[in-house]
Amino acid sequence: MQHGKYRFIVGFLVLPLALYSLFVIWPFVQSIYYSFTDWTGLSPDFKMVGFDNYKRMFDDDIFWKSLQHSLLFVLLLPLVTLGLALFFAFMLNVGGRRRKGAAITGVRGSGFYKIAYFFPQVLSIAIVALLFQFAYNPNNGVINSALKGVGLGSVQPNWLGDPDLALYCVMAVLVWSTVGFFVVLFSAGMASIPRDFYEAALLDGASRFTTFFRITLPLLWDTVQSGWVYMGILALGAEAFASVQIMTVGPGGPDYSTTVLPLYVYQSAFRDGQAGYATTIGVALLVVTLLFAAVVMRLGRRERLEFS
Amino acid sequence: MGSTSAHDSNEGLGRRDLIKRSAALGLITVPAMGFLSACASSSDDSPKEKASGGPKTAKNPLGVNESAGLDVVIFDGGFGTKYATDANAVYEKAFPKAKINFHKTQKIQSELQPKFNGGTPPDLIDNSGAEQMDMGVLVGKSQLTDLTPLLDAPSIDDPSKKVRDTLRPGIVEMGQFDGDQCWIFYYAYTVYGVWYSQTALDKLDAKYPETWDEMLALCEKAKKQGIAGWTYPGKYPYYLPFSLYPFIAKIGGREVLDAIDNLEPKAWEHPAVKAAFEAYYELFKKGYILQGTPGMTHIQSQTAWTKGQALFIPNGSWVENEAAPTTPKDFKMMVGAPSSLDGNDKMPFGTIWASGGEPFIVPAKAKNPTGGMEQLRIMLSEASSKNFTTQVKSLSAFNGGTDGLALSTALQSGVDALKKAGTNVVNPRLQDWYVKLQKEQIGVAGLGEMMAGRATPAETIKKIQGYADKAAQDQNIKHYKHKK
Repeated sequence: MQHGKYRFIVGFLVLPLALYSLFVIWPFVQSIYYSFTDWTGLSPDFKMVGFDNYKRMFDDDIFWKSLQHSLLFVLLLPLVTLGLALFFAFMLNVGGRRRKGAAITGVRGSGFYKIAYFFPQVLSIAIVALLFQFAYNPNNGVINSALKGVGLGSVQPNWLGDPDLALYCVMAVLVWSTVGFFVVLFSAGMASIPRDFYEAALLDGASRFTTFFRITLPLLWDTVQSGWVYMGILALGAEAFASVQIMTVGPGGPDYSTTVLPLYVYQSAFRDGQAGYATTIGVALLVVTLLFAAVVMRLGRRERLEFS
Repeated sequence: MGSTSAHDSNEGLGRRDLIKRSAALGLITVPAMGFLSACASSSDDSPKEKASGGPKTAKNPLGVNESAGLDVVIFDGGFGTKYATDANAVYEKAFPKAKINFHKTQKIQSELQPKFNGGTPPDLIDNSGAEQMDMGVLVGKSQLTDLTPLLDAPSIDDPSKKVRDTLRPGIVEMGQFDGDQCWIFYYAYTVYGVWYSQTALDKLDAKYPETWDEMLALCEKAKKQGIAGWTYPGKYPYYLPFSLYPFIAKIGGREVLDAIDNLEPKAWEHPAVKAAFEAYYELFKKGYILQGTPGMTHIQSQTAWTKGQALFIPNGSWVENEAAPTTPKDFKMMVGAPSSLDGNDKMPFGTIWASGGEPFIVPAKAKNPTGGMEQLRIMLSEASSKNFTTQVKSLSAFNGGTDGLALSTALQSGVDALKKAGTNVVNPRLQDWYVKLQKEQIGVAGLGEMMAGRATPAETIKKIQGYADKAAQDQNIKHYKHKK
């Protein structure tokens, strides 16, 4: 019994581990290897160039700009999205005025709002980005037309065409498209918080504000933490890339005001034919991602609260 | 509780141990996998069996192997693929034993890059669209076949004429990089310039302005009626050069553009560049640019233009097809050459930018490269060229092929503009030699900022010169020069 144990476990793990290594670990190793070469991506011959790509990267203004924007994404996006989602979820579940029968309810029509908030989630990011490309059209887009409609004809920003606004325009789209998912996620989390906690707080005369920070947030912390990780992945990965690539001037502009690391990787590899350099930037992106994961793990390490 | 945590070593393998050991196992697996799987890039590139050549005859001057298959990949974009499949039918008629494997796609790069890396590319590729493969790199890494045999082969319509002598100006040069070999064949022919609607000008009682003063006067007149003078795809400001570069050449001569293409130091500081930039900047300063232009895509700006919100747009001849859904019937789309700045211009009015589009390539490792070239030869017959022009409303590389066709106003104005230009056709190469410099740096960061009014011409020139100098020094970029 005892000595068959390892064979038994290994037998279970060998297949998933092999698959994981082949499709996850091995590409990482390959990318790191390629970052030391001058591979173009268009022909099978290349040679090792040592740390040349890394030296070049550290001197590259556009790399630093992309890094700065990616960091801004990873800091700001989770904060805004999760903050909004928490607020909405709280209002939908416990924020309502007292009504007959139930002490703790959401605002009127919360069932409808839940669906409305979740709706953007069913659209792919490419479609969302295209939709907003039309909305941001300074000439006859929805936003500027609405501004005109309420008598603000003199305020007609260029949105994506304005280097001071463009990055925030992109972020707003990402917030819009993801906030609904977290509203639903947090609602589910809140549903598992026992009602009596709220009722007790109400009896003690706690305001909604206090209830949120003293009861809801601490009991929801685990969910918020996983939301944070998820948003971080989104802000550093495909969603950030797709929205910038589809919507922005250039893409990445105007004047590099919206370029992000994944976009720069893509442009170097597929537009400039410098796959070696692209993987170098990819390695930098990997480092940023790992740092982000480490920070989240550290911040998130808190006493787990049990409520049953 | 407790069933998953090990307190007693005899009780079973604990959760922690399990995680530790499986992590260790993972670490061992990683290098082990290295031996099992090959690198994505370093696949074996020993050449495959090439199709042996057939005998060269008058009907088959390239010596195509009559029974060898032919792999053709065509970009399925604005031009569609019917013109190519029609040519396939001609090929199959000429070589009944040959089987054509035809494939159309918009994802040229994603689909073909692995085949290039693996050494199994098709025989003929239309390397076009957003996913175009960088041809400088392909040439630099010897991945393409020299098309000189095709250029020197007799043409289909007149065997006494070589293919090379039936082409429009600039086509052969555009396919050359360093030496005399021609690596790329541009099949379509694009006329760039200032596009306008004759109807819109008629309404303003105006004709196309041949001088810059007339241009400004016309814009002023339009402004009073609430119409903007110009618009451009603000999101892709690299459309501006379509009329700006020939304007520079017209003011300062062809050499100015050649110096720019050659990345010569101070090329952008030439007075002609400054004069042209200042003229365009004046359009912004006087408020002749359509409100919101810096935030518009090409489609959005073209739509504003076809709706009559602006008179002029810098563009290429594909705009006719692309803007067709929103173009009113009585629009009368036309193309104009850049207006004269003043009497001291080095080149006459009519100087225009025209060059090849739809780059066709025959990979070096193709199985049947002569077949690929023969297919191009077929496409360069008058019949195929006419078929192309009729179907896609664009000129082809074949010089002529418009007689007897009912051309749209846009196409006709393109033909007329080429006739008027005569030898004064310029062909700036930045956009195919240095894509990043042209689009991202000169276009978006330079001209885009200037035309949005966020940078002066002097600042813009300094910025662009800086980018050009950097590109000239960058050893990771392959450099090219115009032939003297």
